[in-house]
Amino acid sequence: MTGIAPPLDANTLLGFGLLTMLVATVAAIALSRRTMTAILLMSVYSAASTMWLLLMDAPDVAFTEAVVGAGVSTVVLLGAVLLTRGERVAKAGRWRVAAAAAVTLVLGGLLVYAAIDLPALGDPASPANAHVGRLYLEAAGRDTGADNVVTAVLASYRGFDTLGEASVIFAAGVGVALMLGFGTRATQDDPRRSRVRGLDALPESDHHVVLRVAAKLLIPVITLCAFYVLFHGETGAGGGFQAGVVAAVAIILHALVFGLADTMVAVRPGAARALAALGVLAYCGLGVASIVNGGMFLDHDFLLPPAFQTRLQTWLESAGISGGAHDWGQHLGMLAVESAVFITVAGTMVTVFYGFAGRLRDAVPEPGA
Amino acid sequence: MAEAIHWTGGTLALLGALLTVAGAAGALRFPDVYTRIHAASLTDTGGATLMMLGLGLLAGLSLVTLKLALAWLFIMLTSPTAAHALANAAHGSGLRPQIGLWRIVPAQAEDGDQTDDGDGA
Repeated sequence: MTGIAPPLDANTLLGFGLLTMLVATVAAIALSRRTMTAILLMSVYSAASTMWLLLMDAPDVAFTEAVVGAGVSTVVLLGAVLLTRGERVAKAGRWRVAAAAAVTLVLGGLLVYAAIDLPALGDPASPANAHVGRLYLEAAGRDTGADNVVTAVLASYRGFDTLGEASVIFAAGVGVALMLGFGTRATQDDPRRSRVRGLDALPESDHHVVLRVAAKLLIPVITLCAFYVLFHGETGAGGGFQAGVVAAVAIILHALVFGLADTMVAVRPGAARALAALGVLAYCGLGVASIVNGGMFLDHDFLLPPAFQTRLQTWLESAGISGGAHDWGQHLGMLAVESAVFITVAGTMVTVFYGFAGRLRDAVPEPGA
Repeated sequence: MAEAIHWTGGTLALLGALLTVAGAAGALRFPDVYTRIHAASLTDTGGATLMMLGLGLLAGLSLVTLKLALAWLFIMLTSPTAAHALANAAHGSGLRPQIGLWRIVPAQAEDGDQTDDGDGA
């Protein structure tokens, strides 16, 4: 870092403004008395940090923050609040508050102390920019043919790490499901048999007609957007994680507006959790396919069988298509990785939501309004 | 011509931002829930429309314009719906609007948020 102060341009001012907003939001969260307020403020925090991440040129992370932080987690947290409503909460004693404050302050101080040693933003000599990161930036286009280096790193170079992330998401979903149930308790019997058609549309709920119309318009568009994000991940911001959450949001929106029973008929809870497992399984199978063809685990260069690869190469040359057969394995592999992650994330999110929402049926009497 | 489009776009975007700020002030200062929703919703949609128009003029006719138009359509669909849902929920929980200087609500329901479950109303 040189000693020159950064130029005071619009981006810098915007960054300072957003950071100030983040700090103010955190203070408001810490000071808010009601859980509901805190949850909504956390959503605001996520929205602000999304903009800040965009300012830092990290659209993939910003995308994730927007859909997960500001979207799904708010819904799940509100569900948790509704679940625990009416339960007596013991007021924390003064010593416990003091101890918690001390731990928080010490940890925060350590983090700030550690942050002093971080390299400056955009420092070309920082480890992230100097060694592997630089190599990725230089070689990603040649090695994988992907325009978005983030996707190339996630789905190809570090495919094994992404497999770990997908497994963690799946494990988290299993954990939530083990605690809250799979949501089948929302519809005690088979929903298709027990549900009387038209019962939900009695005049009592008639004033939700605006919501229903808007949701009917939006749900297909959101689903389409999910697939756009999924297939566009190789060239632009986005990928399997974001697409999975967006797809889950479409299903959650349907459940919020049309009722859980209807959604569970459309997307069976069993199907959701089967998909969550299937994604991780397909991911592992993808790695094994490379081993079978003589490569390493998750080495997409060996995804296609060698005989097929050579035939593809000759066909491509005779057809005059540039690029060669090398990229095909990488393209297919990355698409398969993104799809597997998409399936896992969407299935897990829906399972988690079903777990919460299914419990809500028990906790809250049938809502009239 | 290009200069004029540039300045018009910038002015529109700035106007949209100002409108949004006015909406934020209204959401903070207006007397009851319904007027606050009114202030926030109208200025949110209108401000976004102005900003999108301005940004579209600044960006010129390209794929960006189409994406802006799609985002605008999304906002036009979701923002009024959200305002409607909010007002609907407030009305459903028995919150009466304040008319003039007179608040028709009993004192304990003044807080506006859920004091008990919506009892089937």
